[in-house]
Amino acid sequence: MIDIFRHDFVQNAFLAGVIVAIISGFVGYVVVLRGQAFACEALSHVGFAGAVGAALAGASSLEGMFLFTLLAAIGMGALGKRLSGRDIEVGMVLSFVLGLGVLFLSIYTKNATGAVGVLFGSILSVTINDVQVILGSGVFIIILMAVLFRPLLFASIEPEVAEARGVPVQRLSILFLILLALSVSVAVKVVGVLLVFALLVVPAAAAEHLTHRPWLAITISILISLIATIAGLTFAFIGHWPASFYIVSLTSLFYFIALVIHAVRSPRRYRELPHPSREVLPPPV
Amino acid sequence: MFAIFQYPFIQNAFIAGSIVAIVAAVLGYFLIVRGLSFAGHALSSIGFAGAAGAVLLGVSPIYGLMVFTVTASIAISILGREIRERDVATGVIMTFALGLGILFLSLYHGYAEQAYSILFGTIVGVSRDDVVFTFLLGLILLAVIAIIGRPLLFSSFDAELAETRGVPVRALGSIFLILVALAISITTQVVGILLVFALLIGPSATAIRLVHQPLRVILLAIILGLTYTWLGILLGGNSPWPVSFFITALSFGVYLPVRLLSKGVDSKRSAKEFEKLSVVDSHLAAKRDRHD
Amino acid sequence: MQEPIIRLEQVDVQLGGRIILQNIGLSIQPGEFIVVLGPNGAGKTTFLKILLGLIQPASGSVRVLGQTPKVGSHLIGYAPQHRVFDSELPLRGRDLVGFGLDGHRWGIGLPGRSRREKIDQALKEVDGLDLADAPFGQLSGGEQQRLLIAQALLTDPRLLILDEPLANLDLAYQQDVVALIDKVCRNRGVTILLVAHDINPLLQVADRVLYMARGHSAIGLPDEVITESNLTKLYGSPVQVVHTLGRYFVVGAEV
Repeated sequence: MIDIFRHDFVQNAFLAGVIVAIISGFVGYVVVLRGQAFACEALSHVGFAGAVGAALAGASSLEGMFLFTLLAAIGMGALGKRLSGRDIEVGMVLSFVLGLGVLFLSIYTKNATGAVGVLFGSILSVTINDVQVILGSGVFIIILMAVLFRPLLFASIEPEVAEARGVPVQRLSILFLILLALSVSVAVKVVGVLLVFALLVVPAAAAEHLTHRPWLAITISILISLIATIAGLTFAFIGHWPASFYIVSLTSLFYFIALVIHAVRSPRRYRELPHPSREVLPPPV
Repeated sequence: MFAIFQYPFIQNAFIAGSIVAIVAAVLGYFLIVRGLSFAGHALSSIGFAGAAGAVLLGVSPIYGLMVFTVTASIAISILGREIRERDVATGVIMTFALGLGILFLSLYHGYAEQAYSILFGTIVGVSRDDVVFTFLLGLILLAVIAIIGRPLLFSSFDAELAETRGVPVRALGSIFLILVALAISITTQVVGILLVFALLIGPSATAIRLVHQPLRVILLAIILGLTYTWLGILLGGNSPWPVSFFITALSFGVYLPVRLLSKGVDSKRSAKEFEKLSVVDSHLAAKRDRHD
Repeated sequence: MQEPIIRLEQVDVQLGGRIILQNIGLSIQPGEFIVVLGPNGAGKTTFLKILLGLIQPASGSVRVLGQTPKVGSHLIGYAPQHRVFDSELPLRGRDLVGFGLDGHRWGIGLPGRSRREKIDQALKEVDGLDLADAPFGQLSGGEQQRLLIAQALLTDPRLLILDEPLANLDLAYQQDVVALIDKVCRNRGVTILLVAHDINPLLQVADRVLYMARGHSAIGLPDEVITESNLTKLYGSPVQVVHTLGRYFVVGAEV
């Protein structure tokens, strides 16, 4: 079985997969914290249009994705103050850009399989060049995330206080969306546009159910991402089903396990909290 | 340009598209008011797995669509109540379903065309039977919404108060999601799963920024939805480009300037307008004023 | 008399073409406990934002701690209006309090012992050590408020600005929070600006009252400011004030 590692495409797949998993685990933590899962979806769909558009223009799909997602990130950041949650703006941009992708696809019917690869993941056809680009992006993303970490967290949880402290909340939002755009673009290589959520959001969401300590959560998030990716790739090489399916199924499994552990471990102090300040009176002294 | 209307498949497309546009506009309004646009998106992705699975089994995709989306909407109703929880949990299920869909597609060897039509819509490939089915289902959906519309709206704006007035808030919520699931199934025929949002949310999102009274918003949304669909079919029929692209582009193209130029979704004002429907008495009005 | 910690002279503020504050003049001495009252939309939050340097006045002069207000001053601690925190928020009490110390600094931040000690110290001061490792979102409103005050105190500020810290709290917790703020700030000699809707829970601790309505303000002792003539003038419509049982009841106007 170790023989398969002799093949370039296998090595590339694992290399790319590992890098993307680490990026996703880290960036995903902040995505979930900020409640920007939907924006993540939107960016991945934008990436689809970019990839297909790039194929039309004769460029590499990764370049097309980078460009389109970056533009979309800046656009979304400028449009909404914090763009968290299920904002309609995000959804509209999402469908429009998908529509663009459809248009490009119908023009460029030659490479239908290329488009399928973008939609569903093409980790098994990753070239060494791709790996280099992914590695470069990964280093850039991780370094920037590390530098922005504290103010980004602060601005995500308490934007007004952070602003009063001099944190450039609006600009950080845009910057984070840009980092997210990059992360999404490289993640698409592994699991495809439709399943980016599985790498970027699910492991982090699972981790955030298991612990409230930020760094522990990030570590767990990265670990889940890594295990799912490596195991998923291995299964894909042994079996006949797509790698992205295995990876997604594994992250989903981890998520539901985390949910169960969470439910069993911590009975809530207050069950239903429409207002966080609905209180129980303190016991008489 | 209008010569295309002599073709039966264009006629079919028009009829099916019209009923879908109306249903989508009405349900889309409720989706927005209830803050469930993401759930709408998730349901359509889940539908993809159902459709792909149906194709694998040799059955018409729409049945797989309906089964999966209805099941999913029931599951979503049961799952997490907290907003964030709903987003992520919904997303996890959605992504897993997409993964399943991809698996099914990869197992089915003649997939490319079917996949394309499920993902991106083939309104111009709609048969007479499909039209009848869509029309009937659409009528049923509209009838149900007409019946539950008022209490549903009430519980969307003020769930707590509605409950104390005897409105079955949770049951209505679940029924609503099932309606959405079915609406998504028929909307998918027109614009495909990936673009459902454009027809489901787009017209209502635009309308809600222009008018405030709920009935007017729905009416405007219907008009917009029909316009996009008709124009889309017209343009798509006369050019080599897909209908779904035109519908999406129109939806977004109208939404964008409205969004940028209008002041904002004034949910408080919408609520005030709702009161004028005289469903509630002065008690609710007084409560609103206190919150101002 | 010392240099006032806050001084406004003939300050006008406009936002989006609307006049929010007109000809505001006041001065506040170091160590004072000022309660800011007034109806919603009167410009209270705008006034706070002027002090924080987030908004510039259209005219007039503003001096905080002897200087023009600048964003990011460590000498001002700020706790904004009631925020709803997600009950599933994946952060502990100490994480949130820690933002007050270095949330604005770039980088990851190494967990040092001195950092932990400073946070523990602040927690102890607000009686919140046992909340340090609890999930923040699961704490009650009163507990969250205590931690947010600790957060605001972490940089050892001279001025503490609290925007409606008592909103949505049950009466018992209101008393707790008021007593806490008073104790902490008498100990440190910090000036307090506390925005509230009701003067009554604060009567024992307030030095002066700053009443804002319709863009105008009046500052002074509660007895002086909360009178029928003053408030009627401020509101521009008839207001009755009933002072009984050691409390003020303002009738005919939104407080």
